[in-house]
Amino acid sequence: MSKITLSSKQATGLEVVFWLALASTYFLMPDKLVLLSQIFITGLFAIALDIALGYAGILTVGHAAFFGIGAYLAGLLAKYGWGEPFSGLLLALLACAVVGYLLSYLIVRGSDLTRLMITIGVCVLFFELANRLRWLTGGADGLQGVEMWPIFGLFKFDLWGKTAFFYSLGVVFVVFLAVRLMLRSPFGLVLRGISDSRKRMLAIGSPVNSRLRVAYCFSAAVAGVAGALLAQTTQFVGLEMLSFNRSAEILIVLVLGGTGRLYGGLIGAVIYMLIHDYFSDLDPQYWMFWIGLILIAVVMVGRGGVLGVASKVFRVRRAE
Amino acid sequence: MGIVIFDGVAYGMLLFLIGVGLSITMGLMNFVNLAHGAFAMVGGYVAALAMSRLGIPFLPSLVLAFIAAAIVGAVLEFVFFRRLYRAHALDHVLLSIGIVFVSIATGTYFFGPTMQPFTAPSWLQGQVNVLGMDVGAYRLFLIVVGFAVLGGLLLLVNKTRFGAMVRASVDNQRVAAALGVRVDRLFFFTFSFGCGLAGLGGGLGLGMLGLDPSFALKYMIYFLIVVCVGGAGTITGPFVAAILLGIVDVGGKYYLPETGAFLIYVFMVVVLLVRPHGLIPKKGLA
Repeated sequence: MSKITLSSKQATGLEVVFWLALASTYFLMPDKLVLLSQIFITGLFAIALDIALGYAGILTVGHAAFFGIGAYLAGLLAKYGWGEPFSGLLLALLACAVVGYLLSYLIVRGSDLTRLMITIGVCVLFFELANRLRWLTGGADGLQGVEMWPIFGLFKFDLWGKTAFFYSLGVVFVVFLAVRLMLRSPFGLVLRGISDSRKRMLAIGSPVNSRLRVAYCFSAAVAGVAGALLAQTTQFVGLEMLSFNRSAEILIVLVLGGTGRLYGGLIGAVIYMLIHDYFSDLDPQYWMFWIGLILIAVVMVGRGGVLGVASKVFRVRRAE
Repeated sequence: MGIVIFDGVAYGMLLFLIGVGLSITMGLMNFVNLAHGAFAMVGGYVAALAMSRLGIPFLPSLVLAFIAAAIVGAVLEFVFFRRLYRAHALDHVLLSIGIVFVSIATGTYFFGPTMQPFTAPSWLQGQVNVLGMDVGAYRLFLIVVGFAVLGGLLLLVNKTRFGAMVRASVDNQRVAAALGVRVDRLFFFTFSFGCGLAGLGGGLGLGMLGLDPSFALKYMIYFLIVVCVGGAGTITGPFVAAILLGIVDVGGKYYLPETGAFLIYVFMVVVLLVRPHGLIPKKGLA
């Protein structure tokens, strides 16, 4: 079956339509603004994971560690007096970049299994840490009292989530553009090369470990921004933002949408969160059952998520 | 202090029993199986049911646990795992996470979210005097069983033909297949055996680890630490790692209760920093 070919302009047109559609949900689903903000934030988190998993090929089920760190830092900053939103994002970005870079030294050593273990272990370690430091993080009760100042001094965070909607959509869009720029640069190509064949990249002299470290650091930073966004828009930070469950969930989101593709995280987030919202009155155990089944099905069918299926049907002719 | 070490060793034996199957399958099949705790859970529930509903005594219940978990493992291997041996590690992780979620949900549905009640048989209750210390009889039993299984496995792997085939396939799968080893059947039996051992561990763990539907998730990290720190593919590696882990965890909770579960993750990260392939890795990796 030959593929339907889209020209580069048509592909860009589709992207514009996508973002406009996201923005228009403000008018289409005005009573679900909070859910929509969370979809955007989950999408950003999934994109962050994609940088590490889909592009750099680092298998990690512990990314919620950075999400949670970003969330707690932004929350703590606001709670202890400085509620300016963008500073919270910046703090989360820088802190998670540093932590991510330090951890990346552990990540690049050893086999896939070692990497997996270290990421899971670090995630659970931070979870335990946050649990123990109850005086700081609020422990199992969560961090409350997060008060945000108005954005640009003008737009207050309101109860209906209107400001939060545009704030999160705006930040996600800007960070998405930054990530896209990075992935389409020569650095992104190096990552793709390492993912394809590490040995050949070494053979042509590429400093593979160093590049992987930077990619992981970047991925951690974006995940931290996503976490900070969630803390700021919901004005609460819970312990489960650091949990293994959250890491597993974001992995599912990404795989649903398709790894290694720019829009995979966003599409996966839209699908997953909408389904989750639809079935949200179900007992959580039943949800776990169905998600488990879906996961098994996705793996056994093995087509690479929604975008993987789409790539079998469409082809984009890149401008030379 | 002696009691703490004793309890730690007993706990470690349980982790070894459940984790050794995982080590062999990970080393043999290169399959990252996060769902290994689910097989232990199956064994635990079968043993608990056999004892409470059918009135079967403890030891035969353990045998039933072994068999049940082995059967479940065999079925899952045949239907799912078999098709993914050549796939990317991500697929393994996703499949096993899916299985864990399904097993937790199923466990909750059938057995409820609370811990399974367990009473040890009369000959295992109370204390026994060993080397001047009064130790729990149940824990002593665990240690004895642990050593017995270790001895049995080492005998199996080192002195039998089956064991030689397993060792050959772990070292170099392609050459072993070229020499006529039926690697696919080997995987099937080894995986089922490993799951059976996990089930046995789950049944034995009823008195020490407890059993509730989230068992697979709660203890998943422990089994993975045992295999990763010990070295996937060997038997003595996970044994040493499990004992160390048990002592560190129990000792940590006893002497430094504020740090609690923290300590084992630090322990794991430190060991993996120094020896990324584990304490006693399989050949060709050290």
